[in-house]
Amino acid sequence: MAADFVSNFWHWYIIIPTVIGILALFPLVRLNRGKKTADKPETMGHVWDEDLEEYNNPLPKWWLNMFYITIVFGIGYLVLYPGLGKFAGVLGWSSTGEYREEVAAADKEFGPLFKKYAAIDIETLAKNPEAVKTGERLFANYCSTCHGSDARGAPGFPNLRDQDWLYGNEPAQIKVSILNGRNGVMPGWQAALGDDGVKNVTEFVFSLSRKGADLEAAQAGREHYNKMCIACHGPEAKGNQQLGGANLADNVWLYGGSRKAVMRTIAEGRQGRMPPHKDFLGEDKVHLLTAYVYSLSAGKNQ
Amino acid sequence: MSTENTYNYRVVRQFAIMTIVWGIVGMLVGVVIAAQMAWPQLNFDIPWLTFGRLRPLHTNAVVFAFGGSALFATSYYVVQRTCHARLFADKLAGFTFWGWQSVIVLAAITLPLGITTSKEYAELEWPIDLLITVVWVSYAVVFFGTLVKRKINHIYVANWFFGAFIITIAVLHVVNSAALPVSLTQSYSAFAGVQDAMVQWWYGHNAVGFFLTAGFLGIMYYFIPKQAGRPVYSYRLSVVHFWAIVFTYIWAGPHHLHYTALPDWAQSLGMVFSLILLAPSWGGMINGIMTLSGAWEKLRTDPILKFLIVSVSFYGMSTFEGPMMSIKTVNALSHYTDWTIGHVHSGALGWVAFVSIGAMYYLIPRLFDRELYSLKLAETHFWISTIGIVLYITSMWISGVMQGLMWRAVNPDGTLTYSFVESVQAMHPYYIIRFLGGTLFLIGMLIMAYNLYRTVVGAKPHEAAIPAVAH
Repeated sequence: MAADFVSNFWHWYIIIPTVIGILALFPLVRLNRGKKTADKPETMGHVWDEDLEEYNNPLPKWWLNMFYITIVFGIGYLVLYPGLGKFAGVLGWSSTGEYREEVAAADKEFGPLFKKYAAIDIETLAKNPEAVKTGERLFANYCSTCHGSDARGAPGFPNLRDQDWLYGNEPAQIKVSILNGRNGVMPGWQAALGDDGVKNVTEFVFSLSRKGADLEAAQAGREHYNKMCIACHGPEAKGNQQLGGANLADNVWLYGGSRKAVMRTIAEGRQGRMPPHKDFLGEDKVHLLTAYVYSLSAGKNQ
Repeated sequence: MSTENTYNYRVVRQFAIMTIVWGIVGMLVGVVIAAQMAWPQLNFDIPWLTFGRLRPLHTNAVVFAFGGSALFATSYYVVQRTCHARLFADKLAGFTFWGWQSVIVLAAITLPLGITTSKEYAELEWPIDLLITVVWVSYAVVFFGTLVKRKINHIYVANWFFGAFIITIAVLHVVNSAALPVSLTQSYSAFAGVQDAMVQWWYGHNAVGFFLTAGFLGIMYYFIPKQAGRPVYSYRLSVVHFWAIVFTYIWAGPHHLHYTALPDWAQSLGMVFSLILLAPSWGGMINGIMTLSGAWEKLRTDPILKFLIVSVSFYGMSTFEGPMMSIKTVNALSHYTDWTIGHVHSGALGWVAFVSIGAMYYLIPRLFDRELYSLKLAETHFWISTIGIVLYITSMWISGVMQGLMWRAVNPDGTLTYSFVESVQAMHPYYIIRFLGGTLFLIGMLIMAYNLYRTVVGAKPHEAAIPAVAH
């Protein structure tokens, strides 16, 4: 709390106008409330624009009472809760404190369940429908924004239900991906390859998984591939899970499989970022999430 | 007749006509973006037609183009008539009209192009901000210059509210728009982090408080007693609620930043003053509605009075809802949901637009010395718009509360019951109802435009003589 104020000046700068301001509302209404005098209200005696006049009825009692109640409530609130500069309030409440209490209460209530799951190995856990259901709910809230609520991914975000895995789909590999995140870097080759080079490499990559590639260009592209791409994507272009190099021979395309999209990938490069979830979710929840993600592709046909 | 013996109706007429035009434009954009919420395909993948760019165009068009033109028109009319004096500096008044319209046109060009400061309700970039400042200072000179010329010693209550609105908006605009320009179309805010957020909402909330409340209370204080033919209910109530409102409103901004990085003490102050604001706000409602006491039967036959009185009722409703939503416990549910959108529109459609519509039905025939073409059409307009508002705000209430409840629902295993997209899916039918409500409101505006066109077509601009001061 005290860190909000660089000096006592600002502390009082908040308190003085606040307190004077609220208290000044009392005389404002008390002195002006008026009394009912005549049976028929009289006007103030001013006339504007030919016929505009004003009565001077007293302030309605119910309205005055409502005003007083809100003022008294306000004063009470500022006594109980932080508001007046550095004064923390009689209750000692703070939003950070409330947050910590709620998180602690939730950990106490739900923690044992996740602890229990954390002790079971992932392959076994992936066969437990209760655990998978809870994992799916975690996925829906923390992962679906990028990977989709059906986990089938989106352009730039991997499909988690297929057999194409950048960093591997062994339980341990998936867990590391979720815990620590991944940074995928494909550099851009426009400067090194030139327009024709980019086109040729595109045709080469296409020729690996599709019909209808320009084979002459593909042949020229293979030369470039062997010099520049082979280190990450491998001699057979099947990728490298140690580095996160994508498999280029399986007709699965993270950034789109059109010629235009592949050319852009080669020319400009791509940056893939999976954020780490270790500190955010804690290891127990990540363990369960891993089991869910593992269950999506494990043992499914190729 | 020399000009000093007549009122300057020319600039009032200009602003009054543009009030109708910008009302239709702004609400049309509103209907379009409401449709985009229900059917996202309507973004058409064209950048300048996307929701993100059209939404600030909608808010700027309805608040500053429609609401702003209504305030200029009525304040210029009221200050002249209640001071029994012609507007100070005719040419400068003319400049405020063309200057303000230029601001609006520039906004309509730059916002769809994506040129924005990204500050809500203050999206316009610095060159336009400078133009606004010049126009606003000229407005102040014209308004207060006219007050100085007044023939009646007492300043009529409507002018207090107009005056407070003009001064406060000048201060808010200059401070919040302070920025370091890096090019003609880009600048960086003078404030950073949570301070920037606090300045933004100090501005944002008081744009509601002084532009959309104090200014429109000025309209209410002239047009209700005039249309009802009754004296204002209580002078002392207007004194008390005026000072209480201008003092209290300025503190309430932090309630937009509950449960954020804003320090707890600032959040508490924002909440406390928002609650204290309830009674001062209701003072205006009491004065508006009670002015009619003794003449209730007029409500049955007079659609203009219906607009005015219903507007004050919506004002009372939103100014009750606002303090309630500022309570942190309620805010924890309502914040970031459609409830906020519903709350804003019960104020914007029910209060601001209705009181402006009532004032325009009163004003425009008089500016051309004609009778309103059709009371029946005005009555139709009233009912269509009212149904539109009810559809709009009830759908947003239901959708908002449902969103809030879905977001906080927890399973027995501690996980959230619904993913975000499930709450979006659940809102879909309410988005369609909201779109229908908005469409009805827009249809009402078109009926009004037709009615007023038939009223003034072929009429010569009217120059009214300044009457002698009573007694």
